[in-house]
Order: sequence, then C-alpha cells, then structure tokens
Amino acid sequence: MTSIASPDQLSRPAGIDPRGPQFTAGITVVVLVAILATPTAVATVLTAVQAALFAYGAARGVQGTPHAWLFRTVVRPRLSAPSELEDPAPPRFAQAVGLAFTVVALVAFLAGASVVAQVAIGFALVAALLNAVFGFCLGCEMYLLLKRIA
Amino acid sequence: MSSGLWIALVAAVVALGFGAYRAMTDGRFRGRRLDEAAPGGSDGVEPESEPSAWSYVAAALPTATHGERATLLQFSSAFCAPCRATRRVLAEVAEVVPGVVHLEVDAEHHLALVRHLDVLRTPTTLVLDATGREVSRATGAPRKEDVVAALGRVIT
Repeated sequence: MTSIASPDQLSRPAGIDPRGPQFTAGITVVVLVAILATPTAVATVLTAVQAALFAYGAARGVQGTPHAWLFRTVVRPRLSAPSELEDPAPPRFAQAVGLAFTVVALVAFLAGASVVAQVAIGFALVAALLNAVFGFCLGCEMYLLLKRIA
Repeated sequence: MSSGLWIALVAAVVALGFGAYRAMTDGRFRGRRLDEAAPGGSDGVEPESEPSAWSYVAAALPTATHGERATLLQFSSAFCAPCRATRRVLAEVAEVVPGVVHLEVDAEHHLALVRHLDVLRTPTTLVLDATGREVSRATGAPRKEDVVAALGRVIT
C-alpha cells in the first residue's frame, strides 16, 4: 500500500537525526538531577531555566534549541550518518510535556512546596532518562492514551 | 540522603526498569485471539460469535480492503517516532508477500476503532488472517523477520 522507503527520506527534508533529541534529553537529565541535588534557591533558578528551554523547544521546534546547536556543531560531525531520519514533531511534543512538568515544579518551588516540586521534576526525569537511554518518547505515548480517555 | 536525591534514585530505577522491559517486549508479536480460543476455556463463549477485528475496521473505514491471505493493520499517530520505521517495514513485507495488504490507520482520527481493538499505543501492528480475524499483534516497531514469521503462522 505505502510506497517503498529509500526515496521517501530524500523527499522529506524535515527529517532530523534521531540522536539529536536523544542528546538533548541527556543534557536535560543532567539539569533535572542538578535540580534534585541542589538547595531550593538554586533548584528554583535551574527549574526556571529548564522550563524556558522546554518552552523554546516546544514553540520553535527541537532544531532551534541551544542543545540542537551544540549537537550539530560538536557531536554530529563525530558521528556516522544516521541510519534513518525522524519526524521532528514527536520530540517537539515531548518538549511541551516536559514544559508542563517543569511549570508545575516551578510554581510549587515558589509556593514553598519543595517536595511537590521535586516529585514533578522526578516524573520529568523518568521521561528524559527513557528518551536519553532508550530513545523512547514517553510523552508521545501518553498522547494516544489521553486522546482515548478524552 | 535528601528527598531530592531519593526522588532522583527512584526515577532512575523506574526509568531503567521500564526501558529494559520495553526493549525486551517491543515489536514482538503475541497471539491473542488464538490463545483465548484454545480449548479448555471455562466460559463457553464461542470464538466464532465474536465480531472479527476486520468488521470494526470496515465499519470505521468503509473503503478499506483487506488482504486476500492476510492484512497488516498498523495504528499510527502524529507524535510517534517509530511509526515511520514500522510503515517502511510493513510496506516492504506487503510488497514482497502476495495476498498481503498493509493498511495504516491514524489512531487519533479513529478512536472508536482504537477502543474496540484495545490499542493503547502507537505503533501497534495487528496481523489479521484471510477472514479478518486477529491472529497476533505487536506494539512498538517490529523487525522485518518477526513480521514475516507472524505472517507464516497465518498463511499456510
């Protein structure tokens, strides 16, 4: 039914290297662990920074983030060509899911409920780890489940 | 240890455990209806009386046609990275094996069908036999040889 693969990649310039979002998730893991390991004042600032990064990724697409720039200029030249390109929409959606969790955490930190904030960061950390280690997009899977319930 | 570090530890254990489980089960075909219809079941429900998977598909997509010998029914969604690779694999198999049709359904736009067929994530691939009955399914991107093996159990 569907056409065969090889010309497909060429005709879709929007495809991105799947290791880009994975690299982004790796940096996100480091930031989220730092949030959990530092005192509230520092953690609050880091949460605000991470929320801003997620917001940028969700609004402008994952290719526009500082992480993606770092990946393109430093990491990708050292890697072989990707075996398959990927649609940028799923990782962009994942950035929006990350934004939701970090906004909850930021509000909780500012309200003095630091354990609530840390739990929210913990959920984001699970998703970021799954993405960084396994290339697996948790937020994307939630999408269909939420649609089913709605 | 502070609460933050405990949460980080729990998050790491959950993520690695879940990820490892997924890595083991993703893309593997598991028989469903055949197992359930095996003799020895206590409730006397006749498997024949149950509407076939294809009857739900036909209701949702009146113009769709199923394969003469088997159908590879793929559920996809917009925010689904492995759906692309799955589409390529299934299309290649359908191209090579005669009488097999690959049908891709946008899960988001056919939620009634998604609920009837109990699809929870994308990609999910159902293997339907010549009569449109579900024989096995795989969630996550399947490997080409697994698709061929799953078809082998349907096509005799």
